Amino acid sequence: MSERRSADVLIVGGGIHGCSTALHCALRGLSVILFEKDHAGRHASGVNAGGVRQLLRDVAEIPLSIASMELWLNIAALVEDDCGFVSEGQILVAEDEAELEIARARVADLRLRGFTHEELIDARELRRLAPAVAETCPGGVVSRRDGAAIPLRATQAFKRRAAALGAVICENERVERVARESGVFVATTPRGVYRAPVLVNAAGAWGGALAASLGEVFPVETIAPMLMITTPMPAFIRPVVILRGRKLSFKQFDNGTVLIGGGHLGKAIPEENRTILDWRKLAVSAQTVWDVFPIMRSATIARAWAGIEARMADDLPAFGPSRLHEGLFHQFGFSAHGFQLGPGAGAVMAELIATGATNTPIDGLSPARFARAPG
Amino acid sequence: MTPLADVGRLAGSYDLVVVGAGPAGLAAAAAGAESGLATLLVDENATPGGQIWRAVTTTPMKRRETLGEDFWKGADHVARFDRSNAAYAPRCTVWSLAADARDDGLIEIGLSMGGKARMIAARQTILATGAQERPFPIPGWTLPGVMTAGAAQIALKTSGAVPDGRVVVAGCGPLLYLLANQLAAAGANIVAVLDTTAPGALRSALPEFGDFLRSPYLAKGLRLVAQARRKLRFVSRVTALAATGESRLEGVRFARGGGVDERIACDALLLHQGVIPSINLSNAAGCAHEFDETQHCWRPRLDDWFCASMAGIAVAGDGAGIGGAESAALRGEIAALGVAARLGRLDAGARDARAAPLRAELARCLRGRRFLDLLYRPAPQFLAPPDDATIVCRCEEVTAGQVRDAARRLGVTGPNQMKAFLRCGMGPCQGRLCGPTVAELIAETRDMSLAEVGAYRLRPPVKPITLGELAALPQTEAAIRAVVR
Ligand SMILES: Cc1cc2nc3c(=O)[nH]c(=O)nc-3n(C[C@H](O)[C@H](O)[C@H](O)COP(=O)(O)OP(=O)(O)OC[C@H]3O[C@@H](n4cnc5c(N)ncnc54)[C@H](O)[C@@H]3O)c2cc1C
Repeated sequence: MSERRSADVLIVGGGIHGCSTALHCALRGLSVILFEKDHAGRHASGVNAGGVRQLLRDVAEIPLSIASMELWLNIAALVEDDCGFVSEGQILVAEDEAELEIARARVADLRLRGFTHEELIDARELRRLAPAVAETCPGGVVSRRDGAAIPLRATQAFKRRAAALGAVICENERVERVARESGVFVATTPRGVYRAPVLVNAAGAWGGALAASLGEVFPVETIAPMLMITTPMPAFIRPVVILRGRKLSFKQFDNGTVLIGGGHLGKAIPEENRTILDWRKLAVSAQTVWDVFPIMRSATIARAWAGIEARMADDLPAFGPSRLHEGLFHQFGFSAHGFQLGPGAGAVMAELIATGATNTPIDGLSPARFARAPG
Repeated sequence: MTPLADVGRLAGSYDLVVVGAGPAGLAAAAAGAESGLATLLVDENATPGGQIWRAVTTTPMKRRETLGEDFWKGADHVARFDRSNAAYAPRCTVWSLAADARDDGLIEIGLSMGGKARMIAARQTILATGAQERPFPIPGWTLPGVMTAGAAQIALKTSGAVPDGRVVVAGCGPLLYLLANQLAAAGANIVAVLDTTAPGALRSALPEFGDFLRSPYLAKGLRLVAQARRKLRFVSRVTALAATGESRLEGVRFARGGGVDERIACDALLLHQGVIPSINLSNAAGCAHEFDETQHCWRPRLDDWFCASMAGIAVAGDGAGIGGAESAALRGEIAALGVAARLGRLDAGARDARAAPLRAELARCLRGRRFLDLLYRPAPQFLAPPDDATIVCRCEEVTAGQVRDAARRLGVTGPNQMKAFLRCGMGPCQGRLCGPTVAELIAETRDMSLAEVGAYRLRPPVKPITLGELAALPQTEAAIRAVVR
């Protein structure tokens, strides 16, 4: 609960996006009140795979992703915590020649657009970077500066830093209602009524409902991507590995445990903060690992879980000013790849709020692209 | 009873699946089968009996006095289960249990036997997974030679083994005295029993003394303590305790009521300060839990028929709150009546009529429990170790000081968040061993109640399964039949 009842900016949602925006607003001298119905990082931002990935992003997201990467590479300077970030590259492994051909075309296309972070690699370089990958794979694409961080730790580091700079963080406080009254946003929680000229919707899986309550409907659904982690294995791989054809992402930590993900979905029950695993799909992930990493055949699965996330119809976030209300900004719908974007998105959002514009090209993410969407 | 040795032999779905073959589970499964329900009893052990009646049908300890009459009572309960037509899957671990996972409303259960995994379904489930020992984190408790009293008792029951050399037994609670007596009877060299019962506890328990006087615990309990006091060196009012030694246990150091340090050399130290419900499955299944102030532990929130907040899941026995073997069997029986009624085998009137005498019996056998709970509630210094160097999470070697520091400096307010900072609760035990201690330390540092701090959210698999087992999980009924052949 906060003594303050008004501020320059109200933020709904204490995931990495809300916390990052709070921090960057505070850095620009804006007063901020952030509401989180649970604790910061309780949802997608605290339970994701921690992948800090520029590799394979949609071109509409690449500028924001690159801006974010610059912050990740120096993350301790921003939040006074290294967030467990390590930069050992991410590799897309092509399982056959056809996949390698697609990869080659992709890298060439990115070059034409001026992006150089993705590099085509042959079988030899693949084997050098990731000796444990099955011999049959002919090559792939690497993004060498990519890596991984510890999600909850990172999210809470943003929260702590924002609070240290004066942002008011209200955890365990749910925004039950928002309204716009004579140009000012009014947010009601069980503990009070708060006002500000600017409202940021960083409510993750709950962002669609929040927007809808203000009359702005997005084609968004709630998903529950699943992950599982093994007990420690002998160290055998440094970079994060992802596959294109079969859903798989794969990361070994310093302590030997291996995180297996890749986008198979469980069931989300957002009203109850609950997810349900689909073991038959996790079994498919296990089979893929069995095929691609023979060394993993003796591994033991220690835990599996899922996180609650919002997915847009086009798999891109709603990021930028509302198409209906002045002062309303959307920052949700990251479609299972928004963790890496968190630091940069907060910086760009604060810039937008403070100056009305940004030099980072984000047009492709604009909420306005859904102007013709049904509803 | 039909024993099943291969996961492929299980039916794809049952009316009732009972997890755990201790007093509660045996009674629930027998009663379920007797009322005509297709019933499966699953247990990870090779033989029925659970913790208290472990190996009752197979133990080499044939002298009845050694393990005591309560142990041998188990044989009757096993016999009743044997006569029923329930199916029985021994050496079978349930690693996942979920309501709402299927479209048909059945509970989905993931289990493994002999290295093969399988998903089956149940209309109703009764979790009877019993209790686990409350962690007892003292300096040096990770040294070889230190173990829990419960582990020592398992070795005694299953193979007649007693610890070698000089044995010190330390802690509090009925089970501690029982074990000391059992081990002494089996020939262990017990050099001391260090009783950590808090000196003030008797005062807080006293209002409950009236009930205790009329309780079945009384005679039994007094006999146990008297026996231990008479035969063994019994040291009361122990307020500080540490295991000492270089690479293995060499002795214990302790103090009485703030007095000087005393030492006893020993080769084995058995620790125990009571049991708490084992809530792994109900927790991972997403059932609501509440903090029981008297028993100082979490337990699932249940209705009169022991149904949890999730439809189709009931919890019976010590897993629903500590009550001991007799109460566990009664609760299993009552839970099974509830299941039979929900599945249309009994009308509400018949259910209530049959439950009434069981409930009366249950009330009788729980009378006086509060007195014991309050008397043997561990002292604060044994719940949250004062010495910052004491390890609290054995899997990840996290100390009390690290947890206090994260709670204070990083503002961590719950065990789930602590995982991300210290990795405690991320090891193979998933926090089953450190959870209560981590919560105590957070509560102490941030001046919160344990109910506010909360407990670890456990993630399935509740018991580890191998990647190979999961990869081979049959996806279709045809695939399952192919496994059986
Ligand atoms: C299993 C999994 C793996 C993933 N792996 C990766 C990866 O490797 N790399 C990557 O880049 N991305 C990954 N992602 C995606 C990434 O986690 C998300 O895109 C990102 O965390 C979204 O952040 P957020 O702040 O928008 O949402 P969230 O973290 O969900 O935060 C939104 C917050 O808003 C709060 N809230 C909602 N409504 C209200 C209200 N009315 N009042 C107050 N608070 C409210 C919620 O409680 C929630 O905490 C993964 C996601 C999942 C689920």
